[in-house]
Amino acid sequence: MKSSVITFPGSNCDRDMDVALKKFGFKNKMVWHADAELPKSDLVVLPGGFSYGDYLRCGSMASKSKIMQSVINFANSGGIVMGICNGFQILVETGLVPGVLLRNKYLEFICKNVFVKICDKHNKYFKNVNNEVLEFHIAHNEGNYFCSNDQLKEIEDNNQIAIKYCDKNGKIEDQFNPNGSIKNIAGIFNKGKNVLGMMPHPERMIDTSLSGEDGSLFFKNLINNLK
Amino acid sequence: MKISVIITLKKDVLDPQGKVIHQTLDGMGFKDVNEIRQGKYFEIDTKETDSDKAKAKVEEMCKKLLSNLVIENYKIIDLK
Repeated sequence: MKSSVITFPGSNCDRDMDVALKKFGFKNKMVWHADAELPKSDLVVLPGGFSYGDYLRCGSMASKSKIMQSVINFANSGGIVMGICNGFQILVETGLVPGVLLRNKYLEFICKNVFVKICDKHNKYFKNVNNEVLEFHIAHNEGNYFCSNDQLKEIEDNNQIAIKYCDKNGKIEDQFNPNGSIKNIAGIFNKGKNVLGMMPHPERMIDTSLSGEDGSLFFKNLINNLK
Repeated sequence: MKISVIITLKKDVLDPQGKVIHQTLDGMGFKDVNEIRQGKYFEIDTKETDSDKAKAKVEEMCKKLLSNLVIENYKIIDLK
């Protein structure tokens, strides 16, 4: 399985993602944002970080970079594209996934482990995951997911909500919502469910000596689903 | 010519920064404030000399990059 991680100026989770993908069997290539051509890939990842210093709106500049047209074409032809954290912010700015990510409700940069409940398993990302709840890491200032009521109805009707913030038992309540996201949304799909944007970082949970193994579970499952 | 644009958050969008500014002003003794909404301001100096064309271009910039229409509105406030 071939993967590509796009590096933008200011990306800082690109190499972590490279390590994670290689650990679970992907042949990964790092792709520079100014390149026009995307290498042949089974998976494209937009990594976390602070592309273009978060100027204007997080992800807004990166969404207009040269490589993004190829990424958009790849996604529109059914290609698997995953945006993590700043990558999620870039995805919303391209319009590949609906909504926006606002400043966290309490204006704090949040850096901690959270639990997320998998809301839909009819997709390449979470199909065959036995767990209902995963422990991931979040680190962001603008992760407060927002969309209009009409958009919310549409994404709920189409089962486009991928994961929601919850407690370790999967209970979804306000108190487990770290950033003010509507409906505790931590990640969403596009209509075709080939594009996933999520705030949590699975690549930070791939080693017990670091933080945990739920990321390992996620990547092992993902590569199996893509085979 | 020079064009000035303001970007404001739409009515229903939560503005945590505006809220904190409001609270701070309140703490400083400005007790009459009902609400604060924070926005953005751009001055665009363009080579275009035709005002209609310049306006159309700036609108395109607003739609494509300067604002995100899911949460924001833009308004050209000055053109000279």
